[in-house]
Amino acid sequence: MTVADALLLALGAIAVGGGALVVISSHLVRAGLYLVVSLGAIAGLYLVLGAELVAWVQVLVYVGAVVVLLLFAVMLTRAPIGASDDLDRPAWPALLVGGGVGLGLAVLLADAFRWTIHPLPRNGTAERMGEQIFGNWVLPFEVISILLLAALVGAIVLSRPDIGARPPEDGAPAVPEPEREAA
Amino acid sequence: MHAVIPYVIAALLFGLGVYGVLRRRNAILVLMAVELMLNAVNLIFVTADVTTAAAAPHAGAVFALFVIVLAAAEVGVGLAIVLQLYRLRKIVAVDEVMLEAAPRDEPGQAVR
Amino acid sequence: MTAVLGTMLPGVPLLFGLAGLLLPPGDAAEPAPGGRPRSAGEPGRRPAAALGIAGAAISFAVTVFLLAVVEDPIEGGIRWIRFGDLDVTLTFSAGVAALYVALAVCAVSLAVQIYSVDYLHDDPRYAPYAAQVSLFTGAMLLVVCAGDLILLLVGWEVMGICSYLLIGHDRRLPEAPAAAVKAFLVTRVGDVGFLLGVALLGVDAGTFRIEEVLAHDYDAGTLTAALVLILAGVAGKSAQFPLHTWLPDAMAGPTPISALIHAATMVAAGVYVVFRLFPLFTRSPAALAVLGVMAAITVLLGALSATAQDDLKRVLAWSTVSQIGYMTGALAVGSPAAALFHLLTHAAFKALLFLAAGAVIHTVGTNYLSRMGGLRHAMPVTFWSFVIGLGALAGVPPLAGFWSKENVLVAAAHATDGGEPTPAWVAWLVWIAALVGVLITAWYATRLLLRAFFGPSREWSADGPDWEVGFDDARYSPPRAPHDPPGLMRWPILSLAVPSALLGLAAFAPGFRTALELEQPHLDVAVILPLVLLVAGAGTAWWLWRAVPGVDPVLALGRAQPVLANGFYLDTLQHLLVVRPVRALASSLKLVDERVVDATVEGTGAATTRAGTLLAAAHQAALPRAAVAVFTGALLLGVAAAIYGVAS
Repeated sequence: MTVADALLLALGAIAVGGGALVVISSHLVRAGLYLVVSLGAIAGLYLVLGAELVAWVQVLVYVGAVVVLLLFAVMLTRAPIGASDDLDRPAWPALLVGGGVGLGLAVLLADAFRWTIHPLPRNGTAERMGEQIFGNWVLPFEVISILLLAALVGAIVLSRPDIGARPPEDGAPAVPEPEREAA
Repeated sequence: MHAVIPYVIAALLFGLGVYGVLRRRNAILVLMAVELMLNAVNLIFVTADVTTAAAAPHAGAVFALFVIVLAAAEVGVGLAIVLQLYRLRKIVAVDEVMLEAAPRDEPGQAVR
Repeated sequence: MTAVLGTMLPGVPLLFGLAGLLLPPGDAAEPAPGGRPRSAGEPGRRPAAALGIAGAAISFAVTVFLLAVVEDPIEGGIRWIRFGDLDVTLTFSAGVAALYVALAVCAVSLAVQIYSVDYLHDDPRYAPYAAQVSLFTGAMLLVVCAGDLILLLVGWEVMGICSYLLIGHDRRLPEAPAAAVKAFLVTRVGDVGFLLGVALLGVDAGTFRIEEVLAHDYDAGTLTAALVLILAGVAGKSAQFPLHTWLPDAMAGPTPISALIHAATMVAAGVYVVFRLFPLFTRSPAALAVLGVMAAITVLLGALSATAQDDLKRVLAWSTVSQIGYMTGALAVGSPAAALFHLLTHAAFKALLFLAAGAVIHTVGTNYLSRMGGLRHAMPVTFWSFVIGLGALAGVPPLAGFWSKENVLVAAAHATDGGEPTPAWVAWLVWIAALVGVLITAWYATRLLLRAFFGPSREWSADGPDWEVGFDDARYSPPRAPHDPPGLMRWPILSLAVPSALLGLAAFAPGFRTALELEQPHLDVAVILPLVLLVAGAGTAWWLWRAVPGVDPVLALGRAQPVLANGFYLDTLQHLLVVRPVRALASSLKLVDERVVDATVEGTGAATTRAGTLLAAAHQAALPRAAVAVFTGALLLGVAAAIYGVAS
């Protein structure tokens, strides 16, 4: 049991525990925050495994942007602040399928790798990763930029207020007006 | 290091993600569970870098980067959809989404 | 030349019948459909009546001519078709005996055609009626003159269909269509056996020609089976037990039809077929035994049932059943000549009785004896016709029935000594049944005469006059005073009275006797017994009549009377055992057809539609359910792949 193993186990436990709390918690905001914990732990795992760039990109993008976005959405959809009890659908199909998938994969992978030891590779520093990205993988890199552009445009278009509103028949405005406070 | 450890961690995270997708009613929580799944996949990629000697070095890490980018794009678009749904129907739960056309409001009621 | 005339014999009525079917069914006396009166030139019943009478007259003339001229049997025929080894020919073969039968058929048919013109004076569908009578005559003549079992079968079946059409002729009588269907179906049951018997005989012999069939050496089992099957057809057509139930109900048809079909000709066809095939019957004692038992039962059944009937025509119908039992009994005891002789005399006197009954019904307006009485004074001609007819029926000497019935009784008595192909016990059975039948026949004949013609008139019931029931139910008219029938009805009756009285004496004529192969008639001590029985029967009826005037003598039977009146409830039995199960089977088959066969076909479509709807609903699953489905599918595929990977 090397230091790496111990670190892997510890960070893994945090990641799995955080992930479990994400899907179990009845507080909407807390779920988001547990997701932060989980993603942070995964970033730590990347560090132990030697993928430095990936780890920091994970922190930047996932923890810094994606989770923030999710929390923004939670706010904008007027999520209840306290515990809510109508967050869940029936448990048994989820347990069956989720448990089956998780345990099945775990068994599969454990069976494949047993307790073999693999030496850690060289660290994936920014310089080395950049060589690979702009060397071997430049085409996917370009395509993914276009994809980002498409996602950007798509998100903006989807946010337009007049999408989905029916053409007015009785002179009512096409865009539903915001709710007025009761006088 | 024992490679089985991060692999099993990734498998458990993936299972938790599936559980979350099938269990949660709130669309945003479903997206969070999807993020869990994607992270599990990323972990497998990075661990594969250690266990497998790919033709190109660091291929797993590169893939993981790409997946992160994709996940970000997906969350952006997905949340745009969820917010638009919320704006139109005032619902966020995935099982309240009506697949058929909604019944028209009765004429005379105030348009909300 | 004789061959041409021979084919004309059945051919002319058949052709005239078919031509007559093409005529419009109108009646010049009736207004045309639509209410307007017919103009002078519009076809009414005259062409139809003329065609019918002409057909019968031509056949009659041809028969008389052939009888006068011919000594050897007339032959002629063509080959029709060949099925492998089996040759089907259409041959025509008429011996002198056949010609005598044909003469009887033509005479009765002619009388009936003339009679019908007046009897059905208010019938709006006279043309089809006359055409069907012509067709029927042609078919019967075909049966009589056929030299080929197939041709005989053709005539047999055409007679069946004409009988059906004619019984149901008056569509407005509620019981007529049911009676027609019953007649058709019951005879059909017999006809199936007949067809099978004919097929068996023909296929075994390799040919259907009657001479060759008679000469063929059949093996005993086949022969008995074929003959018993043919007896089924005989029982059906000739109204023998147990297929006799249709004949009393067939009286719903017009009276001239009852005279022609159900007294003189069609019901005699069965007897004629046995006569024709008699050489085969002599080789099969089992078939003769069956015939004998059938005959004995029928004689008694018919006679007893006739005693209790209130309907005049039903008395005569049951009487026909009984008398044909005499004929089949004569055949069973090995004397086809006696049977044929009785057939001829029965044709004469039964046709006379029915036509005279028609005259009575025509003027009195009802069929029921309980509404008649005292007609003797108003209708003398009819009364004396009835006397002659009933006397011949009962066997009063010197009328025709006496001689022919004597022949039958002598033949039966002779057969009881053994020596005939029939077993002796069958002969005893037939002889005793025939003797008892004489007693009962005399009884009911006397009752009929007394109830209808003697005593006070019961025509006007306590509530007032009865209404005349004619063919037009909508037209009620009070009954006219009873009178003798008008000309066209009177002359056929009178002309039939002559052979009823005198035909028996023809047994003394050598030509007739050899043609029928009758024995020389002799009157010895054996004739006393039937005469005693005759007097006893008639006397009992007369004494009951005198003892309690105005009351039906049959009521002396007490509790037995309803049983006899309903024909020993054999009708009900037949209904229970045959009609109801067949109807139940038919409706269950219909249910199976609808619920199983149709349902399978339609259900395929319905099931497909429903499956499609189900699949469409499944496709419309909301996101959560769809997500579950996708992930479950992925899980299952993964598991399958893992197992496959482990296994291989």
